[in-house]
Amino acid sequence: MILTGTAHVYGDNIDTDRIIPGKYTKTLNMQELADHVFEDLDPEFRAKLTAGDILVAGNNFGCGSSREQAPLALKKAGVSIVIARSFARIFYRNAINIGLPIIEIKDHTINDKDQLKVNLSTGEVENVTKSLKYIGSEMPSVMIDIINDGGLVPYLKKRGTYQLV
Amino acid sequence: MGQTLVEKIISSHSGKTIQQNEIAIVNVDAVMASDTTAPLTIKSFEEMGGTQVWDSSKVVFVIDHAAPAPNERIANLHSLMRDFAKKQGIKLYDAGSGICHQLMVENGHVKPGQLVLGADSHTCTYGALGAFATGVGSTDLAAVLLTGKTWIKVPETIKIQLNGTLQPGVSAKDLILFLVGQLGIDGATYKAIEFTGEAITNLSLDSRLTIANMVIEMGAKAGFVDTIGLELPYEFEPIKADEDAKYESVYAFDVSQLEPQVAIPHSPDNVKPISEVEGSMIQQAFLGSCTNGRLEDLHEAANILKGKRVHPEVRFMIAAASTEVYLQALQDGTAEILTRAGATFLPSGCGPCVGTHLGVPGNDEGIISSTNRNFRGRMGNRNSNVYLSSPAVVAASALFGKITNPKKLLKEAVK
Repeated sequence: MILTGTAHVYGDNIDTDRIIPGKYTKTLNMQELADHVFEDLDPEFRAKLTAGDILVAGNNFGCGSSREQAPLALKKAGVSIVIARSFARIFYRNAINIGLPIIEIKDHTINDKDQLKVNLSTGEVENVTKSLKYIGSEMPSVMIDIINDGGLVPYLKKRGTYQLV
Repeated sequence: MGQTLVEKIISSHSGKTIQQNEIAIVNVDAVMASDTTAPLTIKSFEEMGGTQVWDSSKVVFVIDHAAPAPNERIANLHSLMRDFAKKQGIKLYDAGSGICHQLMVENGHVKPGQLVLGADSHTCTYGALGAFATGVGSTDLAAVLLTGKTWIKVPETIKIQLNGTLQPGVSAKDLILFLVGQLGIDGATYKAIEFTGEAITNLSLDSRLTIANMVIEMGAKAGFVDTIGLELPYEFEPIKADEDAKYESVYAFDVSQLEPQVAIPHSPDNVKPISEVEGSMIQQAFLGSCTNGRLEDLHEAANILKGKRVHPEVRFMIAAASTEVYLQALQDGTAEILTRAGATFLPSGCGPCVGTHLGVPGNDEGIISSTNRNFRGRMGNRNSNVYLSSPAVVAASALFGKITNPKKLLKEAVK
């Protein structure tokens, strides 16, 4: 699967409180989450974002709380994939579990507004603006299965329980 | 080759000997979800086709993050949790009972050597008991409700040796803030941490819980406090890492000269010794949370505030970690000392720490707080400045309206 979109670049250690503040997390309405995504980090983010755009960050993206509302808010807001130099571990699992693709690229040189082309099957990211290519870090096979099934809900619906190859 | 604690516990729960960086499917001993995460857990569980949880005796729900309900929307989410818990025969602690992590420990839902998952990042707190406990999201937790299992990558372990004796007025919170400052907010990402050394093994259970609670602030998957010297209200088998276990790194610190520590805005790893921040003005002081809302913490504050009154321009709020803690503080006079000193007791819960309920600060205000995170907006207002500290520093700062070293105020303990 190939995704193309414009990069929106942020820095290191973006915590889940800044992705979706705690006061907005108590809801099952995904649109309410999306309406407040990044509110305390960049109040303009929602206006700038076009569905299908790509969120890019530095190290330790999604640190802090275990709230799954963080990847859910990003996904509902229209982010197609998150690329970061590294991810905090709970966010990493949560994103994959809810079907928000993410790729870790330790040495990316992506700038704001760069046009990106992502091959989800190979983990290869092309920076069209800069004519550069990056390769995403390898994932555990169980995670690849969860991604291929579309998230943990469809994975378990299909398989009934966890399977290791 | 010898095994670390995390390798031992994951091995015993996966039915085979397993080492760091391998992936295992493990049986889970207990799970917990709060009112921030349980509604999404229920939704995911039902979408997975779940009808009956794998073992209702191993599931705990707690209504603590916005409790009692501040509005209609949240009240209805609480009702959803109650209905599900009733139908499934799950233990539910309702609003006011206390903070999930305190209740899990206090009521024996987690024990040494167990493997426990919670849909809350501070689930790592149970590492104080020598359990492997880690935070997951709602859908991961729903999968445990369905299968009784999860998958896990066995983390490498960082060993932290803490030597020496803490000075009076310096507590476990200062220790863990110091370490978060040293290792950084991602200094232990994906790793487990083992804490050992005399500065640790002399600590009470309350203090050990404070240490384990904040390993997530270094990104850690789990933390283990050495069980030497640990006292629990029941018999338990101590669990020890092998002598020849392999560690990713080993740190040693002598903490004898450590002064109180403060994390300044806006990150828990932005830690300074108190001498560098003394005098910063505060308008609100909060004592509570899963980090520091226990009886020992209330005692520390009462020790400083007995017979005194907090600064007239400071709002001082306390939320005991549980009803049980509150009752003990009532019985031994601590609650009266603190109330007479100007404290307002809030319902036992998480609200002020996470900005969901009560005690939201105003623009440009300074807050000294015994909690675990001071990310921008954490307490509900992005234009406020949250400083993290020990309960003693919270109390001393409340007294003067500015960040104050409690050392000069120390008297004999209340109890």
